[in-house]
Amino acid sequence: MSGGGAEFALTCPPLSAADETVQLAHGSGGRAMARLLETIIRPALAEPELDRQHDGAILEAAGQLAFTTDSYVVRPLFFPGGDIGALAVNGTVNDLAMCGARPLWLSVGLILEEGLPLATLGAVLASMRAAAAAAGVRLVTGDTKVVERGKADGMFIATAGIGQVVAPAPIAPDRLRPGDAVILSGDIGRHGMAVMAAREGFGFTPAIASDCAAVAAPVLALLAAGIAVHCLRDPTRGGLASAMVEIAEKAQCAIALDEALIPVRADVAAACDLLGLDPLQVACEGRFVAFVPSTDAEPALALLRAHPVSAEARVIGAVTVGSAGQVSCRGPLGIARALDMLSGEALPRIC
Amino acid sequence: MRFRDEYRQAATARGLADALAAIMTRPWTLMEVCGGQTHAILRFGVDALLPPGLALVHGPGCPVCVTPVDYIDKAIEIAACPGVILCSFGDMLRVPGSAGTLLEARARGADIRTVYSPLDALALARAAPGREIVFFAVGFETTAPANALAAYQARREGLGNFSLLASHFRVPPAMRAILAAPGNRVQGFLAAGHVCTIMGMDEYEPIAAAHRVPIVVTGFEPVDILQGVLSCVRQLEAGQALVENQYARSVRQLGNGVAKALMAEVFRVVPRHWRGIGAIAESGLGLAPAYDAWNAECKFGPVRQGIEPERGCISGQVLRGTRKPTDCPAFATRCTPERPLGVTMVSSEGACAAYYRYRDAPAPVTAAPR
Repeated sequence: MSGGGAEFALTCPPLSAADETVQLAHGSGGRAMARLLETIIRPALAEPELDRQHDGAILEAAGQLAFTTDSYVVRPLFFPGGDIGALAVNGTVNDLAMCGARPLWLSVGLILEEGLPLATLGAVLASMRAAAAAAGVRLVTGDTKVVERGKADGMFIATAGIGQVVAPAPIAPDRLRPGDAVILSGDIGRHGMAVMAAREGFGFTPAIASDCAAVAAPVLALLAAGIAVHCLRDPTRGGLASAMVEIAEKAQCAIALDEALIPVRADVAAACDLLGLDPLQVACEGRFVAFVPSTDAEPALALLRAHPVSAEARVIGAVTVGSAGQVSCRGPLGIARALDMLSGEALPRIC
Repeated sequence: MRFRDEYRQAATARGLADALAAIMTRPWTLMEVCGGQTHAILRFGVDALLPPGLALVHGPGCPVCVTPVDYIDKAIEIAACPGVILCSFGDMLRVPGSAGTLLEARARGADIRTVYSPLDALALARAAPGREIVFFAVGFETTAPANALAAYQARREGLGNFSLLASHFRVPPAMRAILAAPGNRVQGFLAAGHVCTIMGMDEYEPIAAAHRVPIVVTGFEPVDILQGVLSCVRQLEAGQALVENQYARSVRQLGNGVAKALMAEVFRVVPRHWRGIGAIAESGLGLAPAYDAWNAECKFGPVRQGIEPERGCISGQVLRGTRKPTDCPAFATRCTPERPLGVTMVSSEGACAAYYRYRDAPAPVTAAPR
């Protein structure tokens, strides 16, 4: 597939308006696709492993690996505080971090909709590159497909990730012990509200910005310092409440939280009040919860607060010996309510 | 946050609860009318602060709950027509009609969209002249003005591809029906603050006088609700039956004149069937004849109100305030938000959903650290 200039001119249309959007031909496996890879995708990602143009990446590893995959569909593609590209890198990086692993390599599967402006694709890829650089991961292999107009919301991205496990003991719900401190790395609910506000054009001023970020660095700092991290979880879809219920059910223990200790920014709280949503059930994309022995809580907080992404970390509750699977949350009046997983889609109420 | 945090103070709330306990000489039963109030009571545990003998029963003020099956069936039927885009508020989408929900209809291919305001639906009608836009207009007096504005603007612009499937409810006739029903337990009302922000308080005076019940217009934060309860009980203990305004930061005696004038222009008072409760005279708002061209029932045929299917639960009694959700044998067993039997479990504002979501957490043995 040597792409000399003269040969190109014979088989591909010259650069024109048609070239400014993704065409079905860009996914055909032919010259148009080669040109998309050469002129847009590989330059934007700037990864030597991709430049080898092999069918897969050859990687060296030793010891235990963590392996995860996730698919990203978000409308709009760009929202205050992030975009689908940053989300696709940070989400998978964070899933690896939640396994107690140092994120190393990511794959990138792009599903592009016919008609997507190439400038949009370029901006998303640039964002992926920046997010990967910030998180210290490499985007080492990928794939591109194009689907007909109307078959994707502009683009979908699937990323899979491999990380080196650095946690000395498994990180899992069954390691929870009564008395463990529940540490939350920062304020909640921003990503879900930012995307909903951007999608529906609520026009909040200033706009609510997503918390989209990689949280691997503070997690690795905890592990490197020898903090006995029992379990980690990023409260994405379903929010903090769903994540806590999931863990309590799996661990067969109870978790008691205190709402007054859970940071929710005023703009997020106001938007949730307006829409009848519970901030505890709204997605985060740059937050995590760590369960550590209570004796490790203070040193853990000190470590986390040294990282900008977890500068507001605090203890929000404890693992208790109450009934298995029960998550309670003490409200502002001092009365506890049970938290539950989100049922179905979060739909704003009428009045 | 202003107008929020000061209404969620534990010390203030406990002070009000203590004052309430101090003046109560006998048991009383009050109804909070609005689903938003029910939700706040359970979310913040306001009921746990109330002295024994004070019962709060939950009113019918959840628009999703009381919208008749026939309107949902009609909405699904309209959405299936070629070229139609049906727009609805989000929480209406998962309420079951006699054959499924709007969400299921959307999954089958109908173009059903969630909007946050009827004006969004109107904007869609302007942007898509080749499509027929139908807005499923449900709600109480709170949502009626915005829906009226959408119809008014559509008429003024001569927008022929926009219509409303209107199922609006009026609160005061429902309060009268509850008081007149056999077995009524309600001795005082916390009226819905948002409804009164629009409508004012005048319509409540004759109800208080005729039925000898205190009516306190009340807000939605825990301290609002406790203040409303305290005012209501103070009246009951003194043998009074007055309309009072706890929610003065939002409600004026005459309400919002502009909104009321717009509603009077676009709507007329009609009898309305309430799901789980039955027909109540003068309890609905329908589009006035001048708006026939923007009335989905004129474009797509009238809603035929039939017999409600038996759902094997007590949601109707819950809506009338005669039973509590936990009285139902199906509650939290056969009936959950995931597999609801009755509408009071479907809507996030329904009393059964609120009870389910905030059902008491057992006291933890180790308290959360402060």
